[in-house]
Formats: sequence, structure tokens, C-alpha cells
Amino acid sequence: MSAEKIVGTGRGNRFLRVVLYAVLILFALYYLLPLYVMVVNSVKPLDEIRQGDMLSLPQIFTLEPWAKAWSSAQIGVQPTGLRPYFFNSILMVVPAVAISTILGALNGYVLTKWRFRGDDVVFGLILLSCFIPFQIALIPAARILGMLGLAGTTTGLVLIHVVYGLGFTTLFFRNYYAAFPTELVRAAQIDGARFFQIFRRILLPSSAPIIVVTVIWQFTNIWNDFLFGVSFGDFDSLPMTVALNNLVSSSGGVKEYNVHFAGAILAALPTLIVYIVSGRYFVRGLMAGAVKG
Amino acid sequence: MITRKFAALAAGAAILTLGAGASKAEDSVEVLHWWTSGGEAAALNVLKEDLEKKGVTWQDMPVAGGGGEAAMTTLRARVTAGNAPTAVQMLGFDILDWAQQGVVGNLNEVAEQEGWADVVPAALQTFSKHDGNWIASPVNVHSTNWVWINKAALDAAGGKAPETWEELVAVLDKMKENGITPLAHGGQPWQDATVFEAVVLSLGNDFYKAALNDLDPEALGSDQMKEAFDRMAKLRTYVDDNFSGRDWNLASAMVIEGTGGMQMMGDWAKGEFLKAGKKPGEDFVCIRFPGTQGSVTFNSDQFVMFQVGEDKQKAQKMMASAVMDPAFQSAFNVVKGSVPARTDVPNEAFDDCGKKGMQDLAEANSGGGLFGSMAHGHGAPTAVKNAVNDVVTQHFNGELTSEEAVEELKNAVAAAQ
Amino acid sequence: MSRNRLQDLIPRLVLSPSLALILIFVYAFILYTLYLSMTDSRMLPSYGFVGFENYEKLWNLRHWWRALGNLAIFGSLYIVICSVLGLFLAILLDQKIRGEGFLRPIYLYPMALSFIVTGTAWKWFLDPGIGLESTMHQWGWTGFEFAWIKDRNLAIYTVVIAAVWQSSGFVMAMFLAGLRGVDGEIIKAAQMDGASNVTIYRRIIIPMMRPVFLSAFVVLAHLAIKSYDLVVALTGGGPGQATELPATFMYSYTFTRNQMGIGASSAIIMLVMIFSIIIPYLYSELRPGRQR
Repeated sequence: MSAEKIVGTGRGNRFLRVVLYAVLILFALYYLLPLYVMVVNSVKPLDEIRQGDMLSLPQIFTLEPWAKAWSSAQIGVQPTGLRPYFFNSILMVVPAVAISTILGALNGYVLTKWRFRGDDVVFGLILLSCFIPFQIALIPAARILGMLGLAGTTTGLVLIHVVYGLGFTTLFFRNYYAAFPTELVRAAQIDGARFFQIFRRILLPSSAPIIVVTVIWQFTNIWNDFLFGVSFGDFDSLPMTVALNNLVSSSGGVKEYNVHFAGAILAALPTLIVYIVSGRYFVRGLMAGAVKG
Repeated sequence: MITRKFAALAAGAAILTLGAGASKAEDSVEVLHWWTSGGEAAALNVLKEDLEKKGVTWQDMPVAGGGGEAAMTTLRARVTAGNAPTAVQMLGFDILDWAQQGVVGNLNEVAEQEGWADVVPAALQTFSKHDGNWIASPVNVHSTNWVWINKAALDAAGGKAPETWEELVAVLDKMKENGITPLAHGGQPWQDATVFEAVVLSLGNDFYKAALNDLDPEALGSDQMKEAFDRMAKLRTYVDDNFSGRDWNLASAMVIEGTGGMQMMGDWAKGEFLKAGKKPGEDFVCIRFPGTQGSVTFNSDQFVMFQVGEDKQKAQKMMASAVMDPAFQSAFNVVKGSVPARTDVPNEAFDDCGKKGMQDLAEANSGGGLFGSMAHGHGAPTAVKNAVNDVVTQHFNGELTSEEAVEELKNAVAAAQ
Repeated sequence: MSRNRLQDLIPRLVLSPSLALILIFVYAFILYTLYLSMTDSRMLPSYGFVGFENYEKLWNLRHWWRALGNLAIFGSLYIVICSVLGLFLAILLDQKIRGEGFLRPIYLYPMALSFIVTGTAWKWFLDPGIGLESTMHQWGWTGFEFAWIKDRNLAIYTVVIAAVWQSSGFVMAMFLAGLRGVDGEIIKAAQMDGASNVTIYRRIIIPMMRPVFLSAFVVLAHLAIKSYDLVVALTGGGPGQATELPATFMYSYTFTRNQMGIGASSAIIMLVMIFSIIIPYLYSELRPGRQR
């Protein structure tokens, strides 16, 4: 029904079609290149990396760098590998994504279906929060976490990530629900349904696409965060990114690039999987709301 | 006034959070540091195991990056939140800056018992003490004015280690003729500054002290300073095109492999050579930067002890004492390439370069030639250090002429104070 | 009656925790930063008032001008290339491509990775000693030169390459979503009138993408101003200060140079820049005429 038919009717130009695929594949190579470099070099012995070129396939294939990055690379005083930090990250990301998504959904619901005087201003204020450079938040946020007794705890990190994710999650849901027929909500109201009932029974069941977009977005941002993790984490709650940084940018010693690359892929794996598994819904979700004003 | 108020607040917050965690009965220390590479971490592990034998749990808080810069950001957040670590690895003027905030602990008791004052060089004590009180345990002394030369490359270039600027230039020229990169260097601001301070030191102890420790505007704007920049420009001609952004250990690797002739770098570079199976004197030569024999620019890693609740003070003192243990100082520094922070540690365990380092340090200490390294935070406060780095880097990358650099240096240092 | 009152209040009660958090963690912090920018803060906040001294110092710093100049180059190229490339790829992907489900995640995945993860690979790739240049030499093309990252006049463009790599797929997804939303009837009608494909795109479809362009512009502009990891991972701001951007400037003055006052003043300038882009956009989006 959309533009896709255009070339099809274009007098069957087979040549154009070939060019089209060639261009698309060329760009795919551009996007894949860094990942390729990382993967290929993560399964080579260190000697081979030193001699060979970065694009060549491994002559000797080894998974040792992966094992080392996961369980025995030097992150701190003890060679623990990335494993313990991986679980720290999970413990932080899951609640932070869940809470910020739920709050965003409720906010979007209120801002579109329960409008009140000045709701645009409120939305504007929430939305603007997406754009604040996180660096300015460090010192005052540390103070507040300290006052709440949450400094250096996973709870504190979750709180921070929820706060700085609210702008995005609210935006996504607000735009999505704006297109949802308000009449349905009104009808339910007349039938005596309450605020939360309407949300649960009417809006939530059709929210899957936007939930996917929001979860992907939040998961990626929180998982990849370094600044908050390194500032508000503690010895028992440092996230994966901080550990990866310790592995990659340690000040001295032989740089084990293969281990670095393996560690980097391990650190990226959860977000990659999320993107690949749910990428289909991502464009659909964007279509449904996030792109429209 | 303001700092005191802040200190009171921070201390108050600290007590609050401690109240929450007071149920932890066992002794523990939380240590913020950036020693995460294999050798360093292994060396530090000696300390950890030592403490654990004494019943103290080690809570590790490693934050690598930027020679401790990332860790210092973490520390700011931690202190602001009232959740300061027990001990923090720190360098030079940072220590004094934190001490001024009134958030560090007091080690006088341990220091007195163990007689630290007699064994720690006075130049180090200026950073381990504040207002007459001991606040930190120094771990090591690095010196920065070293040159590491590939022996084979040197032999091919005449075989004599250069002792003056002119001889250095001659050797570099010869290496260039021989088809290798004469000067293996990594273009990062701190590396540029490391070379720069050695060049300044080679123009005289008094000049170094006046310019880079006392920040005397006259010295900073002098003809001698222009000469220093001219020499930097000369050195730039011996660097390969690919130098910018290169990590220091990759530059060391060039010298190890012989594609590079020499590297001007602190004593931590030695570890790279040793790990590659190279022997001092046979495969590589270590000399002081030509014209600086007898003088040492140093930097010293110290563990600064922060104010903690009473339940942690015992462990904190045990850690302070363990750091100063001669056996640990020897074991750690043999691995790290630096020399012990106490003068009474026997040198048996050290290799030739290490022995020379210890001897040079003692000589510089007694001869008035021991100066804080500007490039590594022991010459001037952080803001000034970075201002100097800016100018040196811009000049080295050809953005400023030597005349402009002298002028800019004077202004930048004044503006940063 | 009281139950109805409660029902009336619930929506606002639901919204209020979020609003409160944001008022504190965003707006109070901005005011705090504004105040810090007028104090003598160095290593930690201190509250000696110095007026606009920090702003004067800031605008006298060559370093800051450098960062702004770089942002101008980086920002404009980044926004333009990402938008054009994103639209281009979206149009291509929208031609009933077999394997779209395969290609799309490939274009999109860079957005999922932080530069802490990909920084080393990029650094390698761009480094003439081990990267593309050396590989080309090994493959026999010895005249090949690609050493931008080492050249202080060109290094900023390598930052653009990596940044475009990261975000253009996301922009593509936005345009793709926009294209899929175009009403097929309009296109059919145009085809009946005998319009060529190029004309249909140029005259009808691309103009319809105006809201997407705007969204993309806002997303990209604020990403450009906030760009930090990227520069740190690729060049560390070098060679010299050739790739310093306002965000790296602000971080280094606030946290590593103990000049928190100047750092705060640069943060305020950044916020002014960001808000002067975003607020007009928001205003145009939220003005009463467009509400649903």
C-alpha cells in the first residue's frame, strides 16, 4: 500500500534492482565492520593479532580470550573476569527498566486521557529533562543519594536511572496514547470503570508495540551507562561497563586485545540480543507513536 | 570557613550512612584505586592477602582510566554523598586539595609508633602530611626523567649513551639514518608533558624549580623556556607520523622490538621491557634524560586515608601500617618498576635499573635535586598542571610556535592559579 | 461525592511523583549549576560568589573556542549526513526488499552499543599503523592513505564517521516508520497522473516526511551537543585539542582540572544551546492547534 510499489511499476528495471541490493549490502558492510573486527580478533591468539592484519580470519581459532574475559581477567585486585559485574548490571537494569516503563505508561495515560489545565506545561517540563547533560547531575545527585542513605547501593542507581529515563518513557507513551481513541475511555468511564481499571483493561492490552520500543530504549541506555555507575556504584554494585573500562583502559601492562574485544562483546551481548530479537517491533513501535509529533 | 562547613556536613552524612551499616562487625577496608593491569594488581594483591591474614576484609573498588582521573571523579561523588572509601590511591597535589576539604583521616599515631618521619624522604612528606598531621601512606616513588634505549639500536648509532643534549641529538640523527623511528612516543598530553619536564630539568635544577614548582612568571616567560620549547620542536622531528594518541606501552613496545630507538618515559616503562623478557644492560639501556643525572623528578602513589566511622578506624590503621611494611614496599616496587617510598628498604631484590633508581633518588634527595613532577601532579595543583599540558601539547602538535608557546604558558599558568 | 473527588485527583497523584523527581533532579540541579557557575568552586562546590567571572574566563579560553568550533563542524556534518543517509537507506529499504528483516537490524544495532564497547575497534580501524591503511598496504595497495585521526585538521571528521555509524541506522528506522505511514492512495493517484518515481518522492513523499525530519533533527542535535564517550574513546580530544567538544571540555574542567566554576559555566552555555533548539520545537508541537 505504500511506496514499495513504485519501483515495481517502473517498467521492470532489473538493473536498478541489482544496484539497489548492491548499495544496501555495501552499507550493511559499513555497519558490520567494527563488529567484525571485534569478533574476528577476539578469537585469535595475541601473537597473531600483533602480526596479522585486523581484517584477516584467525589462523588458529581459540575461545580462550572469551573464557578469560568472562572469568579470569584482571578487573581489580583479584582476577575475577567480568562475571560478577554482569550480575550487578542485571540487578540494576531490570528494576530500573520496569519502573521507568510503568511510570512512563501511567504518565502518558494521564497526559492524554485525563487532561487537566496546564498538562502541556507539565509534559514540556518532563520532556525537556531528556536533554540535560548528565555530567551536571553528578555532584547534586550524589548529595541527594547520600541524604537518602542510598549512596553506593543498587537501589540508588535504580532511582537515578528511573529519574533520567522518565522523560523518554513518558514521551513514547504519550505520543502512542494520543492516537488511541479517547471515545473508548469515555465510554468505559460512563460504564463506571475507574482510572486504573481503564488503564489495565483498555489501554494496556494494545500497548505492546510501544512497550517494546520503551524497553529497548531504556534497557540499552541503562545497560550502557558508565558515568552514573562509576559515580554511584560501590564495590559490590559496580556495573559491567565500569568493569569493561577497567579491563580495557588499565594503565600498564601488556594489552591483551583479544581479551578486550571478547570482553567488549560480552558487555554488549545483552543489548545486541534485545535489538536483534525485538528489532522488528521497534520500527513498528516507532510508526505507532514515537516518530509522530 | 566554607570548607569547614562542608566538612561538617560530609562528616555528618558519613555518620548517618555508617549508622545504617554499623551492623557489619568485621574489620574491612574499602580501597579506591586504578591499578587494574595484571602486574600492578598482582602487586597490590600482596597487600590484600597480608591484610586478610590479619582478619581485615578488602573491599575492592577499582576504577581505571586517565591515570586516575576517572577514580577522582568517583571520589568526588563518594565524598559528596558522605560515603567516602577507607583508603584512596592518590597523587601529589590532589592529596593536599582533599586534605584542605577536611575530609581525610589522621595517621599520627601509627606514624609515630613506626617512625615514618625518619624513613620517608622530606619531599614525599610534603604530600603525605597536612597541617603537620600524617594523612597518607606513600607506596612508591616513581621518577619520570628516564630514557629507555634499545641496546642494539644504540650500538648501531655509536654505542655511547648520550649525556648532553648535543649528544642526544647526534644519537637521534644517527638512528634516523639507520632507518628506525628514533623517538618512540605516544601523543597524549601527559606523555608530551613528561618529555617536556625532562627537557626543562635538563636546562638546570634552579630553572625547573622556578618554572614548574614555584611557577615564577619570569622563569615561565624566559628565553630559557623558549629554548625548552625549541628543543621540544626538535624532538618532534624524531617522532613517527603515527604517534598521536598512541598508548605509552605501545611506544615501549616499539623500543622493545627495535623499530623505535628510545622512549622518554617514567620508570613504569621498565615493567614492559622485563615482561618482554628483555634484560637491563643487555637488551636495553636505562639512562637519565641527558643533562639531568643527579636530579630526579618524582611522583609518588599514596594511599590517602579518609575519615571513616570508628568501627572502621582499626582496619584503616592496620592498612596504613601494612602499606609501610618494608617487605611490602620491596615486593610491590620490584613489580611496579618504581622504588620504595622508605629509604631503609634493602635493594637486593631489585634489578640494575631499580638499583640505579634507588641510588639516584638518595643522591637527589641529599643533593637538593629532588623535585615534584609537573606532568604527574607533583609540581603544581591540577588546574595548573592541565594548563601546562594544554600548551605543551598544542606546541608539540604544531599549533603554536615556540614564541607563542612561551607567552601562552605564562598566561595559562597565571589564569589557572 | 468524595469518591468522585478522589477519582478526579488520581490522575494528578499518579503524575506527581514523576514530576517531583524531575523538578528536583533536573530543574533544581540546573539552578544549582547556574549558581555554581557564579561561585569560586574548584574541586568541590564552594559558595563564594564571584558574579560572571567564570564566564569571562571561559570566553577567554582558546580551548573553549576550539570546542565550540569543533561542535559547529561536527554537529552540522553529523546532523546532515545522518538525516540524508537515514532517509536514503529508508527509501531503499522500502522498495519491497527481500531480506529486509535481515538488513534492518544490521543497520540498527550500532545504536545498541556504547563507545566503551566499540571504541577500541574504531581506534584500531582508523589508526594508520594497524587499521585500514595498513590493511590496504598488506593487500597490495601501497599508495593508500588514511591517517585522518592523526591529523589535527582532519581528526574531527573521523569522529563524524564513527558518530554517523552509530546513529544513522536509528534515523533510518524513524524514516522507515514515517514512509510506512504514507497513505498509498495519494501515491496511486500521482502515478495515475503519470508522475515518475523520482517526482513522486521529491514532490510528495519527502515533503510529507517533514515531522520526521524535525524529530530527527532534535534527537541528533542534542546527541551532538552531548557527545562525550565517542570523543573520549576515539581520540581523547587529540591530536592536541583538535577534537575537543563542549561536553568533553565541561567534564574535564569540572572533574579533572578542579575548575568547577568554569565547568559549570560551560554547562550552562551548553544548556542554553540545547534549550534554544528544543523549546521552539516543543512549542510548535504543543501549541493548541495541533492537539488531538
